[in-house]
Amino acid sequence: MELDLTLRLSRSLHVLNEAKSMAAKTLYDKLWDAHLVKQRDDGSALIYIDRQLLHEVTSPQAFEGLRLAGRQPWRIDANLATPDHNVPTTSNERMAGIEGIVDTVSRIQVQTLDDNCREFGVQEFRMNDRRQGIVHVVGPEQGATLPGMTVVCGDSHTSTHGAFGALAHGIGTSEVEHVLTTQCLVTKKMQNMLVRVDGQLGDGVTAKDVVLAIIGEIGTAGGNGCAIEFGGDAIRSLSMEGRMTLCNMAIEAGARAGMVAVDEQTIEYVKGRPYAPKKDDWDKAVEAWQDLVSDEEAEFDRVVVLQGDKIIPQVTWGTSPEMVGPVDGIVPDPAKIKDETQSISTSRALEYMGLQAGQKITDIKLDRVFIGSCTNSRIEDLRAAANVVKGRKVSSSIKQALVVPGSGLIKEQAEREGLDKIFTDAGFEWREPGCSMCLAMNADKLGAGEHCASTSNRNFEGRQGFGGRTHLVSPAMAAAAAIKGHFVDVRELNREMN
Amino acid sequence: MKKFTQLNGIVAPLDRANVDTDMIIPKQFLKSIKRSGFGPNLFDELRYLDEGQPDQDCSGRPLNPEFVLNKSRYQGASILLARQNFGCGSSREHAPWALEDYGFRCVIAPGFADIFYNNCFKNGILPISLLDDDVDQLFNEVASLEGYQLAIDLDREVIVKPDGEEIAFSIDAFRRHCLINGLDDIGLTLEDESLIRSYEQKHIKKNPWLFGAIK
Ligand code: SF4
Repeated sequence: MELDLTLRLSRSLHVLNEAKSMAAKTLYDKLWDAHLVKQRDDGSALIYIDRQLLHEVTSPQAFEGLRLAGRQPWRIDANLATPDHNVPTTSNERMAGIEGIVDTVSRIQVQTLDDNCREFGVQEFRMNDRRQGIVHVVGPEQGATLPGMTVVCGDSHTSTHGAFGALAHGIGTSEVEHVLTTQCLVTKKMQNMLVRVDGQLGDGVTAKDVVLAIIGEIGTAGGNGCAIEFGGDAIRSLSMEGRMTLCNMAIEAGARAGMVAVDEQTIEYVKGRPYAPKKDDWDKAVEAWQDLVSDEEAEFDRVVVLQGDKIIPQVTWGTSPEMVGPVDGIVPDPAKIKDETQSISTSRALEYMGLQAGQKITDIKLDRVFIGSCTNSRIEDLRAAANVVKGRKVSSSIKQALVVPGSGLIKEQAEREGLDKIFTDAGFEWREPGCSMCLAMNADKLGAGEHCASTSNRNFEGRQGFGGRTHLVSPAMAAAAAIKGHFVDVRELNREMN
Repeated sequence: MKKFTQLNGIVAPLDRANVDTDMIIPKQFLKSIKRSGFGPNLFDELRYLDEGQPDQDCSGRPLNPEFVLNKSRYQGASILLARQNFGCGSSREHAPWALEDYGFRCVIAPGFADIFYNNCFKNGILPISLLDDDVDQLFNEVASLEGYQLAIDLDREVIVKPDGEEIAFSIDAFRRHCLINGLDDIGLTLEDESLIRSYEQKHIKKNPWLFGAIK
């Protein structure tokens, strides 16, 4: 793949450019300026937060802090909560309600979120509410995430919401408390980075493949200190679901925030959602949102360009999202890597993953398949997977294949479309919404040494269970792998079918 | 955060160097959803003879009679006298949470681990570094007088001994300001409350749809 990495010095010294850049702003500059409450002398700033999403794992100490200090939330209507990380996903365990959660620590955390939301009056979609789901799926689905907003959540994948032309990033527990109490965040302005994907994507190539390819090129530290704007024709043609997948993994490229400019698609997606503006407000909002694009003349501190038509389906082979390659490739040979640190980390990764240098990616055998997570559990993802699965059977060598919808509403939608039938007929398990095997905080886990084709976002050691081996792929690729029992280029499988 | 101006309190001596945060609050207690309630598990492994579990009622557990905090003469202590490199190890904020919950508002030692030192200020605890000799002297005095108390005056940056003798200490001006006024990060931001309110008013005018949708 062609990579054109241009490091431009921030704000050129040239007088002309200086004048230009003063007037011209990037999308990030605009969002920042519109929310700046106070610039402090030490370089930090107070920015106003429009929306905070809360879940059970990172909020309890924040609420407790509020209680201890005798403070009240600044603005209740800025918050929306739902439990996701710990909730069980089998219908049996779910049916019994919170009482039925087997793991005590999980049960207490879920119960505590309910209690806190009740005490402080925060709107919550409880565990068995049909609107419950993974926070990053629920926010946009409800129109709680809107263009032009600042969005925070005590979770690093909050970058997802940037798909709407919003400034969204993950924060820690003490910051959750800070935002609850002051409606502001203390932060520093990041640099502007543009990742442009030109041309058009080929058939069978998805947003997940694009973002994995980007991380493969720039590395997991490539976006450090930056807010990334994704642009270019290939990005513009992505659906909102695809853009969310892309921004979701901006954090895996080292950037705390990722974003895509607002266009017709953004507005179409938001229209009519429960918390979206109505009537007169809607017209005013749409007008305001037109400005949520980078000015043509705006200067970026860094620009990276990829060719969309050269990207093919991607599979990670290592223990970091940057250890990735095309499905028709091979596992790299550490001995051939010149950089010593990289060579060492590659051989360590191969050892953990139980892979041989030079092995074909398509020869990697799988034990489990997981379709879900805030990266890829939206209706479009389930449709793409079902499309591959339809009329086929999960390979007998696969121990477990899971589909975990991102929210109760997505689950219902999929069931209306008959997708659940397609999955269960093929041998997949159809689960209740939650984070599930993305981080294995509930009972859904990999065993030691097991390989998993996963549509989630992190392939770190032990992420999906102690000793588990994760390969990140798109939903279509995960579905194809489930059918074959090993990785396969989903485009070939589709050709076979036709 | 609680304000800190003056403190008069009993001193408990913990005669041990390099007390790490795992010793201050062992890892099994980090599963908690709270930031309060760690007091009963402060120094858990030193304090009790059995192994503590989260959410356990500690009142019936066998106490280690040798441990300083279990001695009757140090009950109600609010000042901890410690040795070199206090609070080293993991960065857990649970360590100051546990000290504070137990009732300590001040720790005096020849030196502290960095992160722990910072975390203290965020939680209303005053960590005071003194010269080795001064600390030695304090250990001697505490041992020889039951009910030994110190008065800490943060305003004047002095420790006043029972005999009236004073030991000066120094705290970074900004941190002192925050402690004296009870300002944590949130408190500091709230100093700009009216600025935030006036921003909010402008913001609501421009983007009314961002307000009130979720109830
Ligand atoms: S799905 Fe995974 S990455 Fe997303 S919020 Fe849940 S645990 Fe985090």
